[in-house]
Amino acid sequence: MKTMNKWLVALAVGSALSLSACGDTEQEKQTASEQKNVAETKSPAAEKPADEKKEIVVYSSRKEHLIKPFFEQFTKETGVPVVYITDGAAPLISRLKAEGERSPADILMTVDAGNLWQATQEDILQPIESDVLESNIPESLQDPNNEWYGLTVRARTIVYSKERVNPEELTTYEALGDEQWKGRLCLRTSKKVYNQSLVAMLIARHGEEKAQQIVEGWVGNLATDPFSNDTKVMNAIEAGACDVGVVNTYYFGRLEKENPEIPLALFWPNQETSGVHVNISGAGITKHSSNVANAIKLLEWLSSAEAQQMYAGHNMEYPANPEIKPVPEVEAWGSFKADDMNLSKAGELQPQAVKVMDRAGYK
Amino acid sequence: MGAWLPAVLLSAVFAICIMPLVPLLASWGQVESELWSHLWQTELPELFSNTLILIALVGIASFLLGVSLAWLVVMYDFPGRSILQWGLMLPLAIPPYILAFVLLGFTDFGGPLQQFLFSIGLGIEWLPDMRNPLGVGLVFTLSLYPYVYLLMRSALQRKGRSSYESARTLGYSKAGAFWRLVIPLTRPAWVAGLALVLMETLADFGAVSIFNYNTFTTAVYKSWYGFYSHGTAAQLACLLLLFVSMAVIAEKWGRGKGRYEQSGAALKQYRQRLTGLWGFLAQVGAWSVFALGFILPVTQLMYWVVSSFEQHTEGTIDLLLNTVLLAVLAAAITLLVAGIMVWAQRQKQTKARSVMTEFSQLGYAMPGTVLAVGIMMALNGIDSWIADIMDDQSQWLATGLFALLLAYVIRFLRIGYGPLSSSMGQIKPSVVETAGILGAGKRERLFRVYIPLLRPGVFTALLLVFVEVMKEMPATLILRTYGWDTLAVRIYELSAEGQWELTSLPAIMLVAVGIIPVILLIKKSEL
Repeated sequence: MKTMNKWLVALAVGSALSLSACGDTEQEKQTASEQKNVAETKSPAAEKPADEKKEIVVYSSRKEHLIKPFFEQFTKETGVPVVYITDGAAPLISRLKAEGERSPADILMTVDAGNLWQATQEDILQPIESDVLESNIPESLQDPNNEWYGLTVRARTIVYSKERVNPEELTTYEALGDEQWKGRLCLRTSKKVYNQSLVAMLIARHGEEKAQQIVEGWVGNLATDPFSNDTKVMNAIEAGACDVGVVNTYYFGRLEKENPEIPLALFWPNQETSGVHVNISGAGITKHSSNVANAIKLLEWLSSAEAQQMYAGHNMEYPANPEIKPVPEVEAWGSFKADDMNLSKAGELQPQAVKVMDRAGYK
Repeated sequence: MGAWLPAVLLSAVFAICIMPLVPLLASWGQVESELWSHLWQTELPELFSNTLILIALVGIASFLLGVSLAWLVVMYDFPGRSILQWGLMLPLAIPPYILAFVLLGFTDFGGPLQQFLFSIGLGIEWLPDMRNPLGVGLVFTLSLYPYVYLLMRSALQRKGRSSYESARTLGYSKAGAFWRLVIPLTRPAWVAGLALVLMETLADFGAVSIFNYNTFTTAVYKSWYGFYSHGTAAQLACLLLLFVSMAVIAEKWGRGKGRYEQSGAALKQYRQRLTGLWGFLAQVGAWSVFALGFILPVTQLMYWVVSSFEQHTEGTIDLLLNTVLLAVLAAAITLLVAGIMVWAQRQKQTKARSVMTEFSQLGYAMPGTVLAVGIMMALNGIDSWIADIMDDQSQWLATGLFALLLAYVIRFLRIGYGPLSSSMGQIKPSVVETAGILGAGKRERLFRVYIPLLRPGVFTALLLVFVEVMKEMPATLILRTYGWDTLAVRIYELSAEGQWELTSLPAIMLVAVGIIPVILLIKKSEL
């Protein structure tokens, strides 16, 4: 049926084109309006009394395969359809901003609190009033103004080779810059927001100067150029190119699932000090949403026991709802003390963190 | 048809094509000097040199590969020539971002190459890391050299042997005849090919980020993603465009009046048999390019498809349909627009018209994301204006597929315009006049002269734009509407998470669909 519709759209566009092949601008406008009718994007009369089954539009930087099963389940239970577009967080934020009050979006969903903080700065979200969310999601995982809520938690922690590293040698993120790790460290690129948030938290703890020294230490210890993703970091450690790295927990979980014998293990650093750096994936409701009631319903459902359990199993993350336990594989990594500094700090300090990494020569 | 119509249409095309530049240029209103000085002090010098190194490598290598391979298949006969002559085009169906992750996946830690070396006891310590300028250069060269090859091959079919042999009779050495006559004579062909290769390399962000090789586009993205500074990103993009415009102008100026003719009278030529050691080496070389640029990546992708078979999610067929549909639509519209430009140029050659034509094609050098953001901001600006007039706050232009199709057209106009304009160049005004004298009316001249003679150009333009749109990723990501995910979008999603194996299915489908037009392109011009 869906495919059928697409061909209809194509037909419509095609005929619009041939009808008005004489005037270029004219024709393009016609294509657009034709498109509008057929694709049923959003009715212009958005101010009609709230339609209980009105579809929710989500802009998501979480990838399709990580969100689709949830939306499908939600639709099955409530009858409210959910449509979505995925892209990077920055383009989605720009899109929301450019669309302004004409935006069809109701929810912005991204990973990393830095992105959510930026969304609040750009004034594209609105405060959410929901007792359900308040009781399901801990204070440190939500925006002080309730403009966004965390839905899942991941730790960015140290991974090491069980063959070449004695976990007792490991202590903190900061210590990865020490002499003993010279030529033994692998990192992912500084362009990834996860690393930017990690360094932002270092700046928050130690100040910019000290943070830069730490990052310089890391760079000096690198065994090879930074990699484009966490999995490659772990592959390099497994292959013996380096001994330690910093990765998000679920990437490790994925590798471990593929190969339970993998000679790598996770280490929880900074247990005597600030705690392990955790971050979230989360969501907020857009400022100009015309479907707030349903959007809240979806976020509440995502924070519920059912969805949180799905989350835990699906991507091997930690549920944001403390009532729900992670899956056994994740629990097997052990418990840890997490950094409890409010995550919006990571967003606030992100540009500064990028500069620190640039100056330290972290590529 | 009034005499003014082409001029008006051309102006409209020009206005629409430079529309995305307006928000970019407007960004200069506010310069964050502190951020600029940070970039200047830390990264920019290195990014400049990285970019120049890459361009030089890719430019030289694509020239050498494209020209020599075209020379080989046009001038010589050897076993397998009939396969190679289209086989050497096939790498065009593999976008650089796919080739990048496949080659890295193949040579990386724990990849098949290392496992193999390990199993035969050679060890892996001596193996160089692919993530260096040569590695990145290799990726771009292998997936883009076919542009040079394609254009050079058809130029040589027309001018190759005859000019080479005349030069030889005039006493030139073999090398002299090649470098001093054949190369200058075919200059429009290889320059046009190289221009496409280099612009695509400059605008790329996908392959370079997989290699974590920082180029000028890295600075554009970093300003936007890392510093949240739209303005600085737009300003950097302007610099990139300025650089490309200058290169285009310099080339035009250097070329003078010469123009590139696309098809024309290709002669069935006598081909010399390839013999001796050099002949053998040339064959080995050609087969290795084919193997490295096509067979190896496709085999690796197939292997991943099979090894991760049960993990693939459904719905890939839908993505395929979307991709093909968008590519067909975009190719048709692009051709229409290119047709307007060619028509206007044909009707009257004025400076204004050729300037408008040239600048309408700048979109090809813009990083897809930058172009897309320009379009998004421009359309939303117009939308907000319409919304205020109509007093109805809904989306007018920035919705549905309009923005996306517009982006494809602006980005790939250059690809569609080239073949069409050179086909038009083949139709001498005298032919049309003769038809007129013989009593052919307007309609007859259109249907019996123009259309049949333009057909090869139209065909090439449609196929090339089709392939390019299919491979397009960044603009599609930003501008698509829901329900219109494409194969490239899925590839982005999976590869951004490092899930190479799952990426293989959409990637192999993209390659498979891309092969068809690429083979057609060659079959059409076979002699």
